[in-house]
Amino acid sequence: MSPTPLEQHISDIYYRESRRVLATLIRLLQGNFELAEDALQDAFTAALSQWQRDGVPDNPRAWLVSTGRFKAIDRLRKHSRQDAHLAELADSLESATQPGPEEDDAAIEDDRLRLIFTCCHPSLAQEARVALTLREVCGLTTEAIAAAFLVPTPTLAQRIVRAKNKIRDAGIPYEVPAQEALPQRLEAVLAVVYLAFNEGYSASSGTQLVQQELTAEAIRLGRLLLELLPDSEVCGLLALMLLHDARRHGRIDASGDLVPLDEQDRTRWDRAQIREGCDLVVQALRGGPPGGYTIQAAIAAVHAEAATPAGTDWAEIVGLYDLLLQLHPTPVVELNRAAALAMRDGPEVGLEVMDKLMKNKDLVGYHRLHAARADLFRRLDQTRQATHCYQQALALVQQEPERRFLQRRLAALEN
Amino acid sequence: MKYLCLVYYDEKKMQQLSQQEWDSLNQECIACVDGLTEAGHFLDGAPLLSTETATTLRVRDNKPLVTDGPFAETKEQLAGFYMLEARDMNEAMRLAEKIPPARYGCVEIRPVRELMPEGNSR
Repeated sequence: MSPTPLEQHISDIYYRESRRVLATLIRLLQGNFELAEDALQDAFTAALSQWQRDGVPDNPRAWLVSTGRFKAIDRLRKHSRQDAHLAELADSLESATQPGPEEDDAAIEDDRLRLIFTCCHPSLAQEARVALTLREVCGLTTEAIAAAFLVPTPTLAQRIVRAKNKIRDAGIPYEVPAQEALPQRLEAVLAVVYLAFNEGYSASSGTQLVQQELTAEAIRLGRLLLELLPDSEVCGLLALMLLHDARRHGRIDASGDLVPLDEQDRTRWDRAQIREGCDLVVQALRGGPPGGYTIQAAIAAVHAEAATPAGTDWAEIVGLYDLLLQLHPTPVVELNRAAALAMRDGPEVGLEVMDKLMKNKDLVGYHRLHAARADLFRRLDQTRQATHCYQQALALVQQEPERRFLQRRLAALEN
Repeated sequence: MKYLCLVYYDEKKMQQLSQQEWDSLNQECIACVDGLTEAGHFLDGAPLLSTETATTLRVRDNKPLVTDGPFAETKEQLAGFYMLEARDMNEAMRLAEKIPPARYGCVEIRPVRELMPEGNSR
């Protein structure tokens, strides 16, 4: 049976407003997540019958918030005979200032930020932050999140319940952090968004459909954050995600295999999205000294703007990696810089740097270092060394699409 | 809420500080306690002697089992504690940041629970 126009309308309102209403209800219900979620469902159930009779109110959001709050107090009263604490909470909710249409838009937007910062609180385990954010802020189902992270649904549900309990028991407040703590706390939020994006993008797990939902949600979250908190690194992260995601149709071939950047069909890249990403990079760079996400986005922009692989401005990319290396002196950044250097100055120069990286204990077990060396030997027609390096990379690689890619490369050498 | 801030550091590293460095860290801790007391956050606290002086007691099958040393062989040892009054975890974190040994080791922040006749939280 297809939904009635009213049901469809309510379903649209649910999609648009439910996370906002939830974020406000959590504040009005004094940080009680479970109660707020039940209240949200109750409010929408009430809307289905009441709006049928009385028509849709002028301000559905305010109606849902106010109805949800009353439903929550009802719930507490019903159970207060068994538990005196619930009666106390119900009393305190009832005596608190009445919210209503006066809950203005600015306050509601603040609630969304409160929800994001609470879900990404550093007192919670990283994996709990990601799960909680996707569940509460994005409204993904527990099943969908579990599928994306390849964990059984009950395990993921447990993770979310434990995180909510910790928020309650450890007194994690429902607030946007104070100004002096904001930069550090924002970093934790951006890490959660980027982790969710990468889980969707890296194709290390889950089905393709789930993956796309995850990258789309991460981008949506990035947009929301930028709207609420116009910071240059937020802008940089959104640009980075848009630019990577713009290449998704060129990145995987018809048989589901990974296509390296220089072999991708660039006509399949999403040009409009690349333009938006590049504009955001410019905007982020205007905001002062660039942070790590902004620099990575700038690198992605240089790649995206090149009409052909040969037309890539490798000098610019090496310069950006130099900047990134100053901010994040990690072996992985050094490896990426070496690969760019090889493109600018020739494979021999790249190999020289990579030989030094081979002495790094963190990198020697990293398949990408061996794959990168293999690729440079291949370019130099040094087949024996290239074969050896591909074999080393294959012994270390964990992700199936990358394994297949390396095997194809190795087979091509042997022919 | 009350929060217990447990101060951990690597005793071996602290032993390498000169007497002057060690004393100046202790003076910083005295100032830290004064500041917290003045602001009404400090409920109780104490520095501890080294883990060499520790005794660990467990009761198994109604019998006390006593072993020498701290409860576990870890790299960092419990060095002292602050019992603080804070509005919430964020305030507790802000206060704990100012505990001087946090720079050398770590401070574990634990919400204190109330002992009740029944319905105790776990």
